[in-house]
Amino acid sequence: MCTMIVTKADISGSGKGQQGWFKLSQANVSFDHPFHAPLEHALNIDFVNEAEGPGARVAVELSAESARKLVEAILAALAQGEASGYLVATESTLRR
Amino acid sequence: MYQTNMYEGMLSETITIGGHNGHTINAYLARPLGAGPFPGMVLIHHAPGWDEWYRETTRKFAHHGYVTISPNLYFREGHGTPEDIGAKVRAAGGVPDNQVVGDVEGAMHYLRSLPYLNGKVGVLGTCSGGRATFLVACRAKGFDAAVDCWGGRVVMSRQELNPKQPVAPIDYTKDLSCPLLGLFGEEDQSPTPAQVAQHEQELKKYSKSYEFHMYPKAGHGFFYYDRPNYRQEQAVDGWKKVFAFLEKHLSAPVRTPQAVG
Repeated sequence: MCTMIVTKADISGSGKGQQGWFKLSQANVSFDHPFHAPLEHALNIDFVNEAEGPGARVAVELSAESARKLVEAILAALAQGEASGYLVATESTLRR
Repeated sequence: MYQTNMYEGMLSETITIGGHNGHTINAYLARPLGAGPFPGMVLIHHAPGWDEWYRETTRKFAHHGYVTISPNLYFREGHGTPEDIGAKVRAAGGVPDNQVVGDVEGAMHYLRSLPYLNGKVGVLGTCSGGRATFLVACRAKGFDAAVDCWGGRVVMSRQELNPKQPVAPIDYTKDLSCPLLGLFGEEDQSPTPAQVAQHEQELKKYSKSYEFHMYPKAGHGFFYYDRPNYRQEQAVDGWKKVFAFLEKHLSAPVRTPQAVG
């Protein structure tokens, strides 16, 4: 793509794509041209499982501001989970 | 120019061709019906993929009298919807420049094998396809005209170079082998007007035949009618310049009206 800005994370979980639920193995995060969002560049996240083919993909395209809010919301939810004892804090979360 | 009493027909279909290193890839071909001879065009799709816009544009060129081919540069990445394949390539950091040049060269050779080609072949691309257009026009022999529409990253910093894109296209400028048309928008972030100016200086330095047009109130991708950056006035003028340039350099035949009633 035009900016070539992409980062990846190995993940585990499930995503619901066009063919239903599938196991996720990777999140590809790019800041580049979106396919649908009416923006020149967007924060694009593709939750994928490459072993299941290119169609095993759940896509979101967010404005930069929306993406930052999402990051905050995710971290806040995880922090509440830890504070409530539902989630054991890991070494990486304790370092934050 | 098309007249309402002219016969018009076109054939468009997916075909297979030899690409980089002789590998088979697929491509979309559209050609006017008739004996020809027709000038040829290779269209290099943009980073989002081998999508509907490129199919439509392939047929648009056929309507204007060009036998036109758009190779699927993502063929090796597997098959699915153009968006899913485009997303896969995006995650992989694009496809290698060498491979793109080889695939586009293969498409050009396919056109040159056709008995109804007039002997001239041009190349056009948008976005990353615009970048690839310039790259191909410098590195491959056999093109008679090239149209770079807002190709970003022709100018690249050393930090941007990588194994897939090891050389900034601007560094090949001395090897440009055909006239070049460039269409750009003043509000584009890639390429910026400053990068376009830098490219222009390089073209002047090597006395290359080129014409660049920088459109005010336009940004990246102002031809794409389905995107927010579409700019009607600039797009209409841009298309006019594209076809005038190609007719000049590819000797597009003037359609002879044939009365149908």
